Amino acid sequence: MSDMREFRPGADPSSRLPPRSGDDGVAGALPPQAGRGDEASAYNFAYLDEGTKRMIRRALLKAVAVPGYQVPFASREMPMPYGWGTGGVQVTAAILGRSDVLKVIDQGADDTTNAVSIRRFFAKTAGVATTTHTAEASVIQTRHRIPERPLTENQTLVYQVPIPEPLRFLEPRETETRQMHALAEYGLMHVKLYEDISRHGHIATTYAYPVEVAGRYVMDPSPTPKFDNPKMDDCPALQLFGAGRERRIYAVPPYTKVRSLDFEDHPFRVQRFDQPCALCAAEGVYLDEMLMDDSGRRMFICSDTDHCEERRAAGHVGTEGVA
Amino acid sequence: MYVAVKGGEAAIDNAHRLLAEVRRGDPAVPELTVAQIREQMALLVDRVMAEGSLNDPDLAALALKQARGDVVEAVFLVRAFRTTLPRFGASVPLDTGRMTLSRRISATFKDLPGGQVLGPTFDYTHRLVDFALAAEGAPEPAAEAEPREDAAATPRVTDLLGRDGLIEPSPPDDGSPLGDITREPVDFPCDRATRLQALARGDEGFILALGYATQRGYGRTHPFVGEVRVGTVAVEFVPEELGFPVPLGAVQATECQMVNQFHGSRTVPPQFTRGYGLVFGQSERKAMAMALVDRALRAGELGEPLASPAQDQEFVLAHCDSLQATGFVEHLKLPHYVDFQAELELVRRMRAEFEDRREVAE
Amino acid sequence: MLRAGFADPVHDSQGVFRAVLDALARPGTIHAIAPRLDPPGPLTPELAAVALALTDRDTAVWLDPALAAAPEVAAYLRFHTGAPLTADPGRAAFALVREAGRCPPLHTFARGTPAYPDGSTTLVLALDSLAPGAGLRLSGPGIRGTADLALAPLPPGWPAALRENHAGFPLGVDCLLTAPGRVAGLPRSTLVGS
Repeated sequence: MSDMREFRPGADPSSRLPPRSGDDGVAGALPPQAGRGDEASAYNFAYLDEGTKRMIRRALLKAVAVPGYQVPFASREMPMPYGWGTGGVQVTAAILGRSDVLKVIDQGADDTTNAVSIRRFFAKTAGVATTTHTAEASVIQTRHRIPERPLTENQTLVYQVPIPEPLRFLEPRETETRQMHALAEYGLMHVKLYEDISRHGHIATTYAYPVEVAGRYVMDPSPTPKFDNPKMDDCPALQLFGAGRERRIYAVPPYTKVRSLDFEDHPFRVQRFDQPCALCAAEGVYLDEMLMDDSGRRMFICSDTDHCEERRAAGHVGTEGVA
Repeated sequence: MYVAVKGGEAAIDNAHRLLAEVRRGDPAVPELTVAQIREQMALLVDRVMAEGSLNDPDLAALALKQARGDVVEAVFLVRAFRTTLPRFGASVPLDTGRMTLSRRISATFKDLPGGQVLGPTFDYTHRLVDFALAAEGAPEPAAEAEPREDAAATPRVTDLLGRDGLIEPSPPDDGSPLGDITREPVDFPCDRATRLQALARGDEGFILALGYATQRGYGRTHPFVGEVRVGTVAVEFVPEELGFPVPLGAVQATECQMVNQFHGSRTVPPQFTRGYGLVFGQSERKAMAMALVDRALRAGELGEPLASPAQDQEFVLAHCDSLQATGFVEHLKLPHYVDFQAELELVRRMRAEFEDRREVAE
Repeated sequence: MLRAGFADPVHDSQGVFRAVLDALARPGTIHAIAPRLDPPGPLTPELAAVALALTDRDTAVWLDPALAAAPEVAAYLRFHTGAPLTADPGRAAFALVREAGRCPPLHTFARGTPAYPDGSTTLVLALDSLAPGAGLRLSGPGIRGTADLALAPLPPGWPAALRENHAGFPLGVDCLLTAPGRVAGLPRSTLVGS
């Protein structure tokens, strides 16, 4: 039926956009709202409208006040897919200001495709300065790693989170897990970890290893390797977590106790690598395994690309590096 | 010597340019216009509008063109656009009893006030490929419908049943504000209005499969199609400063009222119950499947045993959105080197431990 | 005539928010806010800045008697934020307290529920002075060791009321303390000594 289509109020699609009135009735002119063109200037600063930012900001304040508690928020559809960092992107968009310097990493690297895509998104929509140097960044958005260089009080780390609920794989129902958090009833998690020990002789969780924050909430640190868990404890930087698809925001304030769950007879331990980085000779860092050829030759190099580059620039040379 | 994998930015730019070229296809073939898609792929456009939660045929058609015909990708484009639009408020509820019908079918009564209106339907076509369509040509003009005397309003079948008390009354509007799943996080358990919002924008394939499952015994609801109607219905809005409704235009919609058996309880006499479906555009499949799932999700409220996925609101609502589903499934394409490395290390260690144990045993 | 809101709503809001975020994330530290606002009295520029940055039609706002007594204040906030005003502190998302010396008991505000501790009131108090130094001794998340915060006037029942608020964690209210040009935070997670 095509008759209904005659109710279209105008022939030219672009003429039908409602005028942008401040932001939902609030006085003061904002840039015109998202047009049908793709000009960055057609979007508000950092893409999100001010009403959405306020909603996310309020959720962030609650998250900081109740460390480790997952605050529900009305996650918006973003111009990148759910599961690709929409939660982190919304948190970053809500906190970012003109003077911020943004770094985006995925798997520790600045040059992985999704990190490039998100960094460009903010360079375009917010016009902020970007960097690959951890030391220069005021806001670092990350997927799956915490930088090797210790973070400072002047930095905020924004994690992209796929499944914020640490109990989800033990209990799929939100109504149940919410109650477990309300009662601080975390026995199920300890049972799961202990079952690992009885089966394997050790805990078989290697990433997204659950932590207890400030002695109260059990929290998912996002799928970082447990190698990074100790960096979360007593960290000078503010740590914010955004889960877009699952619509949750949570936080760890600076200088907060973050304890990886463990048992007296089976204390928490992190992964160790047998060799240093092949490029910069760094030890005590997290390494990526590279397959060099089809005969199974392997090389281990820093997962944190900035850390590796800085070390090489400072003259550190690994077995496969060049002086 | 290892050469670091660099050049992500250039690779992305090149991939995007290649996408644009592939999207266009053979330049010797004329380019599709948005109007062509809107007019000739109308049901596809309808689906994108329904799942995109935005009634804008031109935008949906453009999204389909940009998405190379990928429905979920087109829905994504529409939703990402919708989310940036300012809100002026909510319309007055649509009065589908005053719909200008293009199609109206009841499976429960042979004839009824307003009659059965077949309208444009595939239902009785033979699914033989019509090779004549490969050539261009105008179809034979359709017969003109005779104007109906009672065209102003066609009562819904459930209204007719309701007069005799045979079907549960539609709950009255208690004036409490309705939630908006696009503005507030869903809080389980959630009310029927919230569930219907989620189902209306839910993936057609997922809702269809769940509705089908209820027919096969996974949450059986004994459904009858009270009626399915397709047509245009006026949208009205009450501006704060006027205080009375003004028409904004009209939308095409498909509504399904499913009539389901209910045995009654200690306090409620035996009567039929309702399942409801409403979507933008013409999509009887989606509206009917939605009505089946809506009724199944009322199992708790009606005191029926909860045993099947279609009755489980957390299961249905958490998984019916095609954007959430496709995003999370497809995100597995993103690098997971770091987590995989952690698992590699663990598997190697566990294998070593396994070997040690075996040696000790030997 | 209605007084103006933020000159630059996008960036002024962001600046106020970041100061407030830092203040709550690092209790005891004091952060500058320079709102460049001239709201109708007795609303202070700092209270107005927090309200304009964080409230809207989704947040009920409670005004203390001093603010509620000035109709221009309600008109100003309604116009610039669209936030509904509530007379019930137990339903407020934000409470603006002009006379900190007469701040109602903290338990009269929303404390959230065990399942949703975020359903709580954030109090924004206007103080005469706010400085580092002997007064409240703070410890807890966000604080390296301890921090000391001197404020005047001290709301009635403080610091015992703050200890009681903290004892109910994760339920409780969060407080933003403002003084001319500055803001500090006292979230419910903070343990207050004296």
